[in-house]
Amino acid sequence: MGASYDVAIAGGGIVGAACALECAEAGLSVVVVEPGPIGGGATAAGMGHIVVMDDSPAQIALTQYSRQLWIDLKPRLPSDVEYLPCGTTWVAADDEEMAEVRRKKRVLDDIDVRAEVFDERQLYKTEPNLRKGLAGALYVRDDAVVYPPCAARYLLERAREKGATLRIGERVQELTPQGMTLHDKTVLSAGITVNATGAWAPELTPGIPVRKRKGHLVITERYPGFVNTALIELGYLKSAHSTTTDSVAFNAQPRRTGQVLIGSSRQFGVDGAGVDTHMLRRMLQRAQEYMPGIADLIAIRTWTGFRAATPDKLPLIGPVGEHSTLYLATGHEGLGITTSLATGRLVADHILRRTPPIPIEPYLPTRSHEEEHA
Amino acid sequence: MPDTIRVSVNGTPITVPAGAMVSAAVAVAGANGFRKSVTGQPRGPLCGMGICFECRVTINGRPHCRSCQIPCEAGMEVRTDA
Amino acid sequence: MPDPVFDVVVVGAGPAGLSAAKRAAESGARVALLDDNPKPGGQIWRSDPGHWKPLLGNLEPMCGVRVVTSPEPGRLTLEKFDGELEIGYGKLILATGARERFLPFPGWTLPNVMGAGGLQALVKSGLPISGKSVIVAGSGPLLLAVAKYMREHGARVEMVAEQASDSALVKFAFGLLGFPGKLLQTALFGSSLLGIRHRTSCWPVAAEGSGKLESVTFQRAGKTWKERCDYLACGFGLIPNVEIPLMLGCRLSPAGVWVDDHQQTSVPGVYCAGEVTGIGGLDLSLVEGEIAGYSAAGKPQAASALSSVRKRHRRFAERLESAFALRDELKSLPQDDTLICRCEDVSYGRVRQCSGWRDAKLHTRCGMGPCQGRVCGGAVEFLLGWKSESVRPPVFPARIGSLSGPKYPQP
Repeated sequence: MGASYDVAIAGGGIVGAACALECAEAGLSVVVVEPGPIGGGATAAGMGHIVVMDDSPAQIALTQYSRQLWIDLKPRLPSDVEYLPCGTTWVAADDEEMAEVRRKKRVLDDIDVRAEVFDERQLYKTEPNLRKGLAGALYVRDDAVVYPPCAARYLLERAREKGATLRIGERVQELTPQGMTLHDKTVLSAGITVNATGAWAPELTPGIPVRKRKGHLVITERYPGFVNTALIELGYLKSAHSTTTDSVAFNAQPRRTGQVLIGSSRQFGVDGAGVDTHMLRRMLQRAQEYMPGIADLIAIRTWTGFRAATPDKLPLIGPVGEHSTLYLATGHEGLGITTSLATGRLVADHILRRTPPIPIEPYLPTRSHEEEHA
Repeated sequence: MPDTIRVSVNGTPITVPAGAMVSAAVAVAGANGFRKSVTGQPRGPLCGMGICFECRVTINGRPHCRSCQIPCEAGMEVRTDA
Repeated sequence: MPDPVFDVVVVGAGPAGLSAAKRAAESGARVALLDDNPKPGGQIWRSDPGHWKPLLGNLEPMCGVRVVTSPEPGRLTLEKFDGELEIGYGKLILATGARERFLPFPGWTLPNVMGAGGLQALVKSGLPISGKSVIVAGSGPLLLAVAKYMREHGARVEMVAEQASDSALVKFAFGLLGFPGKLLQTALFGSSLLGIRHRTSCWPVAAEGSGKLESVTFQRAGKTWKERCDYLACGFGLIPNVEIPLMLGCRLSPAGVWVDDHQQTSVPGVYCAGEVTGIGGLDLSLVEGEIAGYSAAGKPQAASALSSVRKRHRRFAERLESAFALRDELKSLPQDDTLICRCEDVSYGRVRQCSGWRDAKLHTRCGMGPCQGRVCGGAVEFLLGWKSESVRPPVFPARIGSLSGPKYPQP
């Protein structure tokens, strides 16, 4: 039993959900196919951080715009999305990193993103459990954290209210110029097909420059007040930058429940989802270097996930070729939650030939992909 | 080897037989609720064998201790959720 | 200083683990016996050194020690109250026993509603019970043992409510004729329980009280009535603790961890013995422990010599299972607003709308709290048929320090 839609979306994670909602709100007929559970891929595995990232002008534009969409959405988010406007604290360990803090502050000032430079004293006032001897930090106050699976579900439910069809528990077998074929041989025809399957995107669209980048996380018992903001070491940027080596970087954030979420690690070329003892230990040792008290916190669970990484660290948003009906919405690496809403808007705008609030060109799959040298 | 051990539960001195677990001291103190659940309901021990986590109390300042698995030691300060 | 390495490491110092450690040590192996409780004995011999001391002999168990993870094959990371350590093993015997199955019903989260074995364990750990009124409910021979214990310690046992029917129990009792030892045990039980109301086809439908338990509503043959009591000791059978074997990759059978005739699991070098291979009672646990101990210590003939004993005790286990099978009516005990996950306060109504365990975990957080589904998992499986079969480290909540590697230098 096939059917016909304006837009067929493969993938019901946060990105697919955002695309579905934007397209449905624009009056397009939409179907989303997701093997389940909703948000069960990287959406569930990640930290749920909504953050302005200033790696490149294109990344700043996308993250800033998308963060604003989250802020606008906040009043309507149900409580199980657990939106927590805690802000991000970029921790500087030494003078060199403090210089980086000031550089970031200038960049953010230029684009009216509110940020404060903390000296050592202000840093400890905000985060008393950091180790002594740090230099300071940059505090970006309007960043936030959410619980992503419930956010993805909320977006899909609103899409359904606007007429979208959700086929949860089904799997896309093949994307075709006419739409998609599901595993049970059902054919869905669609004017536009969107591949929003994250780290698995190359399975449906071979040859696209998306690679799996494995990460580890740990969640603790409830320790309200142990960490108050999304804490990241500035070295995170070096870790996220490198496209070749395995790396860890200190990252700790509160959940609304009072649990502490600890990351982060990056590995390429690993397909197995098992917890890697060596990487986990490195990650936790790094965390203890910044917050020695973390050693005594009780960890309830550890898990892994696969980010979808691209060579230039920008996502792939838009048609695969200039006149193609196949769109990509993938490759978001560690910024999937943040940039999901903007991705949805860009996809809908492009389909409808509306002028997007930020240019889509830097994210088009047809851009040239150059490896950025770390 | 003394026959009894003195600990304090929420500031009140409690005496238990040697070998008793902290859970016994909390019960003797008359606190039927050991902790509050995440939505604020009073809870007490369920499994008695350390797997349900309902008997958690704070011992000597350390939170999330499963009281049914920890023997009382002289001078221990035990606190339950208010 | 290098970490200690043992020929055989036994996890769990209940009857199966003690008997495995004894036979392995007698066979010449260097043995480590670990248990997360403060003393050996497991559940059935908790605070009963008369039973566990003889089996222990000269072996010095490591108590208060919990397995966190296996960082690589042949090694275990362990956590104590105040630290962690790593040990190496040549062969591993997992005798991790069983826990109670809890089924939710309105009011089951009130303080003083406990497991049947749960109340017994707490009384053994010093909970004063003398003069208190207790009702024992649920299912299984454990209920009688608990009732007997409570009475012996001064409690007023008002009633034992067994959900199995009279005819199921009679069949079981007749079946015991094949097991003279057990028949004697039961006869002794029966006599010591004179005067305690014993109701079959009976189960709790609600617990009531403000702040703590005050009364329980029971159902039997279409009638319901309220009983006042101080404690409700309620458990619906036992579930094997398969988490550590699963984390190590052991295959399961319908009853528990799958093992061959020598208690070897599907993972070479890893053995399982006792209730963790399937609920079967004390005698089966003891002989499985012996077989595992001999096998792991390289004495296969001694292991094989015990196979007929094992077979005999396994037949008892099968009778147990069929007599005390849980009836379908128990599936309608929880209401939509009855909590099924106590760690995260998730109601049954929310969970049963999900499409499966993973969906429920992500979207309601049922099973994602500290107990990691050990309390709600048995109920979810019975009520909804979902099985959760993946276990990641830490197999039990553990300090981050223990997960970071014991060689991490302290600041």
